[in-house]
Amino acid sequence: MAAIVRLNDIWKTYRMGDTDVHALRGVSIEIQEGEYVAIMGASGSGKSTMLNILGCLDRPTQGEYFLGGQNVAHLSDDELSFIRSSKIGFIFQSYNLIQQLTVVENIEIPLYYQGWSERDSLKRATELAQLVGLSHRLDHRPNELSGGQQQRVAIARALSNDPLIMLADEPTGNLDSATGQEILRMLDRLQTEGKTIIVVTHDENVAKHSQRIIRLADGMAVDERRMRP
Amino acid sequence: MIGFQAKRTFLLGVKSLWLHRLRSTLTVLGMILGVCSVIAMLAIGEGASHDAQEQMRQLGSTNIIIRSVKPPEDKTARQETSQVAQYGLTYDDVERITQTIPSVTVTVPARRVRKDVRNLSRTTDTFIVGTVPWFPRVMNRRVGEGRFLTGLDVRYKENVCVLEPHVALALFPFKDALGQAVKIGSDFYRVVGVMEALSTGKGGTSSARLDSDAGVYVPLSTFTAYLGEVLTTRSAGSYVRERIEINDAIVAVPAVEQVLDTATAVRATLERFHRKLDYEVIVPLEQLRAAEKVKRTYNIVLGSIAAISLLVGGVGIMNIMLASVTERTREIGIRRALGAKRRHIITQFLTETVLLSGFGGVVGVLIGVTIPWFVGRFAGMTTIVTLWSPLVAFSISVMVGVIFGIYPAQRAASMDPIEALRHE
Repeated sequence: MAAIVRLNDIWKTYRMGDTDVHALRGVSIEIQEGEYVAIMGASGSGKSTMLNILGCLDRPTQGEYFLGGQNVAHLSDDELSFIRSSKIGFIFQSYNLIQQLTVVENIEIPLYYQGWSERDSLKRATELAQLVGLSHRLDHRPNELSGGQQQRVAIARALSNDPLIMLADEPTGNLDSATGQEILRMLDRLQTEGKTIIVVTHDENVAKHSQRIIRLADGMAVDERRMRP
Repeated sequence: MIGFQAKRTFLLGVKSLWLHRLRSTLTVLGMILGVCSVIAMLAIGEGASHDAQEQMRQLGSTNIIIRSVKPPEDKTARQETSQVAQYGLTYDDVERITQTIPSVTVTVPARRVRKDVRNLSRTTDTFIVGTVPWFPRVMNRRVGEGRFLTGLDVRYKENVCVLEPHVALALFPFKDALGQAVKIGSDFYRVVGVMEALSTGKGGTSSARLDSDAGVYVPLSTFTAYLGEVLTTRSAGSYVRERIEINDAIVAVPAVEQVLDTATAVRATLERFHRKLDYEVIVPLEQLRAAEKVKRTYNIVLGSIAAISLLVGGVGIMNIMLASVTERTREIGIRRALGAKRRHIITQFLTETVLLSGFGGVVGVLIGVTIPWFVGRFAGMTTIVTLWSPLVAFSISVMVGVIFGIYPAQRAASMDPIEALRHE
C-alpha cells in the first residue's frame, strides 16, 4: 500500500512578538491508503496546526508534505485551494454548513469550485444525500435540521469531491453520545468502503474507532499505537 | 475567471441579496436616486441649450436689432416747451449704418403703431408695421398667399397691406382675405398677401423679434404718409405726443463671425449722433453667448450635484457590502476551506455589488426618463432626454458598483481561511 499522506520533518513556527513559538517540531508520519487514523493531544499540543497543515489550509514553515505523491508543502494559495477542493473532505465540529443554502446546495459547494456542471453536481449531491439518509430533506436549510442531520450533510459534502483523505475535526464534539455514535458508525462504514479517514480529537471514545492513534505533545508525534489490526 | 459559471454566480448573488431584502432595497434606492438625477439634470441642461438655439434661430444669428427706446426722463426734457417728445432712431441713422459700415449687407427699418384694423363690422386691435420689401428675407419668413410688399408699393405709397394669418382669420373668417379691403384709421388698404404662420418653438417667441406681435404690414412710405410720425397716446387726462421716425431696424450681416464687430461699429455710429440713450442695440448672438455661458455654469453645477448623489449611492453600497463581508466571515471561511480561490470570493462579492448598482441603474433609468417629462409638464421647462444619457447614467452606475465593490470584495478574499472558520 502506498502512503497517501507522508509528513517529513514538518516544522511550524509562529512569531509572537520577539519570540518564536514552535507549534510543530519536526513531525514525521505516514498514513496509508484506506487507513483510519486518530490524532490526539491536549490543547496546545499542536493538534489544530497539524489539522490545518494536513487540510492544506496552512503551509509548514519547514519540511515536506506529500499528499497522494504530490508535495503540497509550498504551493501557492490558489494551488492549495485547488487541492482542497479536489483531494480533501472536511468534517468540522460545528458542521460549518452555509445557512442560506439548502442541503443539496451545501453538498454541491466543492463541486461548484471544481467547475462541475449544474446538472452533474445536482445528480451527485442527490445521490450523496441519499447515502447519508437525507434524501427527504434535500431542500431544507441547515437550521431546520438536527445536529446529527447537519453533520450527515457535512459528511455528504466531504464525500462529494471523492477526496483522497477525509479530515474530521472533533466530529462528535457538538452531538449527544447517541448521535455521536451514529456519526462514528457512518465513518466506520466509509472506512470499510476504502476511504482514508483522519480524525482529530481529544476524546478516547472517538479515537477507539480508529486503527491507529498518533499522539501529539509539545509539537511532536510521541506515540503511535495500533488499536485494530 | 470571468464567466466562471456565470449563471450560478449570478443566481447566488441574487439569493444572498434577497436574503436581506430591506437592506438591499434601501441600498439600491441610493443608486436609483443618483441615476435619476443624472438623467434629469442632463435632460434639463439639454432642454435649456435647445431653447437658446431656438431663440437664436428665431432672431437670426446674423442680425443685429436696433430699437428706439424712450429715454429716461430728465429735468431738461420736462422743461421743454414743445409738447412733442422727439427721440429714437432716424432715417439718417439707418442710412449712415447702411452706407458706412461695410459688413452691413442690408437694413430693415420699421415703424409700428397699435391701431384698430377693420373689415366692415369686424375689428381687431393689432400692431401695424411699416416696412420694406426685403423684410421677409431678413426675418426668415415666408408669404403664405399672394405676395409681400414691393419696391413699387413703397415708391408710390400704395395703400396695400399684408396680413399675419391670425389677423386674416379674425377679419375674414369665411372668405379669402386676398384682394379684400381693410380699414386702418380712416384709410382703406387692399390685402395683397397673407404671411405663413410664425413657427413658435416650445421656448416661446422672443419678444425681441420685430414680428412677434405684428398683425399688418404696410409700405414704410405709406405708413409715414397716412399714419404720420407723431404718435399720440392718451394717459390720465393728458396727451403724450411722441415723434419717432423709426421704431426698429434690423441690420443684417453676411456671416456670424462679423456680427460682433459690426455691432461695435453700429453702437459707435449711433453714439456719435445721439445725445440721449434713446436706442438700444440687441445682438442675438451676444445674448446667446451669454446664455450659453450661464448654461455651462448651470450644467457644471447640475452635473456635480448628480455626480455627488451617484457617489453617495456608491458609498452606501460599499458600506453595506463591508457589513455583509464581516457578517459572512464564517461563510467565506467555509467556502475557502472547501476550495474557493481568492478570485472566486472576489467574483461572488463583486457580483453582488454590481447586481445592486446595476439594478439600481435600470430602475433609475426607467424612473429617470419620466422625471424630465414631469418637469416639462409642470414646471414649463424644455427638457430633452437624449438617447445616450440613460446609457451614460447606467454605465456610470455599474462602474460605481465595480469601483465601490472592489474594496469589500478584496477584504473578503484576503481573509485567512483558518481565522475565518473560527469566527463566530
